[in-house]
Amino acid sequence: MTALLELQDVEARYGPVHVLHGISLAVEEGSVVAVLGPNGAGKTTTLRAISGMVRRSGTIRLGGRPLKRLGPDGVARLGVAHVPEGRGTFSELSVWENLRLGAYTRRGSIQPELERVFTYFPWLSDRRRQQAGTLSGGEQQMLALARAFVHRPRLLLLDEPSLGLAPVLVAELFRIVRELNEEEGLTVLVVEQNAHLALQAAEAGYVLEAGHVVLSGSSDELRADDSVRRTYLGY
Amino acid sequence: MRSQIPALASLLVVAAVLCLLPFILSEYNIYLVAQVGIFFIAVLGLNILTGYTGQISIGHGAFMAIGGYTTAVMSRDHHTNLVVTMLMAFAICFVVGLLVGLPALRLSGVYLALVTFALAVSIPQIPLQYSTFLGGSGGVVSSRSVSNLWIYTATWACSAILFVLAWLILRGRLGRAFRAVRDSEIAAVASGVELPIYKTLAFGISAAYAGVAGSLFVLAANGFAQPSEFDVFLSLQLLVGAAVAGLGSLWGILAGAAFVGLLPQVSTSVPVIGAQHGRDVVFGAAVILVMLLLPDGFAGLLARIRRLARA
Amino acid sequence: MSAGTSAVGGLRARGWSIDPSAATVVLLLVGAAIFLLVGCLRSTTFAQLTVQGVALGSVYGSLALALVLVYRATHVINFAQGELAMFTTYIAYELMLHGLSYWEAFAATLAIAFALGTVLQVTLIRPVQHRSVIATVIVTVGLFILIDGIVNWIWGGDYKSMPSPFGLGAYNVGGVVISHLYVGMVVVVLSSVLLVWALFRFTKLGLGMRAAAMRPAAAALVGVRVDSMLAIGWGLAAVLGAVAGLMAEPSQIFLSPTLMQPILVYAFAAAVLGGLESPAGAVVGGVLIGVTLTLIVGYVPQISSELQLPFAFAVLLVILLLKPSGLFGRREVRRV
Repeated sequence: MTALLELQDVEARYGPVHVLHGISLAVEEGSVVAVLGPNGAGKTTTLRAISGMVRRSGTIRLGGRPLKRLGPDGVARLGVAHVPEGRGTFSELSVWENLRLGAYTRRGSIQPELERVFTYFPWLSDRRRQQAGTLSGGEQQMLALARAFVHRPRLLLLDEPSLGLAPVLVAELFRIVRELNEEEGLTVLVVEQNAHLALQAAEAGYVLEAGHVVLSGSSDELRADDSVRRTYLGY
Repeated sequence: MRSQIPALASLLVVAAVLCLLPFILSEYNIYLVAQVGIFFIAVLGLNILTGYTGQISIGHGAFMAIGGYTTAVMSRDHHTNLVVTMLMAFAICFVVGLLVGLPALRLSGVYLALVTFALAVSIPQIPLQYSTFLGGSGGVVSSRSVSNLWIYTATWACSAILFVLAWLILRGRLGRAFRAVRDSEIAAVASGVELPIYKTLAFGISAAYAGVAGSLFVLAANGFAQPSEFDVFLSLQLLVGAAVAGLGSLWGILAGAAFVGLLPQVSTSVPVIGAQHGRDVVFGAAVILVMLLLPDGFAGLLARIRRLARA
Repeated sequence: MSAGTSAVGGLRARGWSIDPSAATVVLLLVGAAIFLLVGCLRSTTFAQLTVQGVALGSVYGSLALALVLVYRATHVINFAQGELAMFTTYIAYELMLHGLSYWEAFAATLAIAFALGTVLQVTLIRPVQHRSVIATVIVTVGLFILIDGIVNWIWGGDYKSMPSPFGLGAYNVGGVVISHLYVGMVVVVLSSVLLVWALFRFTKLGLGMRAAAMRPAAAALVGVRVDSMLAIGWGLAAVLGAVAGLMAEPSQIFLSPTLMQPILVYAFAAAVLGGLESPAGAVVGGVLIGVTLTLIVGYVPQISSELQLPFAFAVLLVILLLKPSGLFGRREVRRV
């Protein structure tokens, strides 16, 4: 299988501060890949670099095609759905309007997509008119995921989905992610602090530290690795 | 206004040039440079407000009006000494500035800009309403004719005094407090700076400066104060002057004052457009261009040059 | 316009708790409406003044809405909004001189206004928007001066007369004389406002524009071209301004370069009264100010029409002191 997403020697900075010092990774089509590492390692920045939200250099290829100077809207139009830290929900808009925005780049009717989404998140259907900001944290995260899915993306970028959620909800979330991956063939790149859950859901992973990739491999390999076990899995 | 040595050298150069100019320039140009001086004083005051406490005012023309009318009315009714009228203008505008500054405390950014804009539009209407005392649209005629040289000297002497005053204020505790307010209100309060006092004071001081500028403005017109001279364009000119000046540089303020003082006059005789309307077209276009090219004003440009020179 | 600009709408979710300040506002408005209704029924003068006030107020509201649109999208107060409206009115004048009928010129002017608004946003505002707030404000100030100069240069400062689209007739409703002009003004402004509202509420483009105004970063992530949305916002604001100018002109009888200057102040007051982020508030605010000013000038002899401007300023000040977020705005996080 060809890699849907490829990063080669990507560097990124916020103003004068360099955060990524040459990251290379690849995400195979139809797989779930995790990015692990401590705070400040550059995990979120990696996703931002892919979406064109930060100044970056190096090569990023989506489906073989380099994303040169594209901004976030351009990258989104190429079929990348990015659920940022903090979910990026439009709190003043209704649930339905948020979903509609998810499908902004799609032409024509989005009814089929909505039907699909409601099979995964049935409770959303009842709450269409509700203002998104009044949903609970967990519900907003689900909404964010639903919104990304309506986009029918080739690649889903998930940034710290478990942040601020109760463990039960997090487990549910990852279950849905896995289901979307298996049923719909959605390729996912997920950044997570919760290494245990991430490696459970993913096939492969990368460990970032201080802007470098220090380890990579399949989930099994990573789980077996001593340093990973000690630092991130706690045993 | 930072380290001592460069500032002193600049000051001496400016002072020397100003002393020499009356000998070289024609009567009309002396008058023009005096106008620049008037704007210098007003922009200096506005700089204290906007640059140092971050409050935007589009209404300082109103304070100029108050100061100017003070001078005109006192001259007309009591034939007061001109300098005394300027001191009165300073005092009255200081108080009015404090009064405006108090409610302004509750407003931030955009809202303050809007309120001061409305102030600028409204104040000139008042003489129209109370025309017996304030002369109506015909204005207050106090017939104190002064020579161009007198106005030139008075204006730049006042500028010098007020500049030194500003420097003293800004380098002391007050200045540090002002800067603290501008940089972060929250941090300022956390470190014990009494916000309301300083913000209001800044308003009062800047208004007082504008008042003196207004007095001189009226004197330059031979003691004639007219509502149409203090319209909203004046306030806009002051704001443009402050923006072109940028933050906290003597040269910047001079540049800003020169920009608004000279450009409209110079652009009256523009080919094609003609004398009457050339002023606005050229001035408006110039303002836009300057802001597009130098968003941080002249002071920002100087800072950039200094940084390049150091590198 | 969006689902939650008022606090009441925001709490639609589960419970039925209503924000007390929103309830107060609604009560006040209902009270004012009743007062006006009673007054109209009891006195023909009152009724005529009210109608005039509503008509003028709708013009103020249209310009206020333009200001709010621009502010919501780009967080900038466009000081040149009034002059821009005046400029487009002169364009209509010129088109009519060249043979177009009133409504043809009207339509063409709206299209030209849209184009002008977008071009201005792209060339003048976009470069400075991110650098400095004050620089952006000054650019609009410069634009104010420039447009004034250009209009004076091309057309001169003397009064011009434009044919009134509504004629000079009037309806007689139970002794109250309501000129066709006033009715026309209200109908035209209301229609344009409703059309713009519908655009925002029901179309995908409108949703994109709202999203771009609320959270530009998040909007970009879903594929909204934020910069284009902002430009379109300016275009629409220019259209609303053009409508305001075209409807203001017949009420001032003559066309002159100072047409929109006092109206800009009233529009500021209206926008603030409604809450700078609330489109509905801007329109309602405009009507309130129009009616209040007309009634006061009509009934209180000490306040002549010269004092209207300082009065509007006083209103502005009072609102900002009592409730800075305006009638319909959400309470801002109060800084130190």
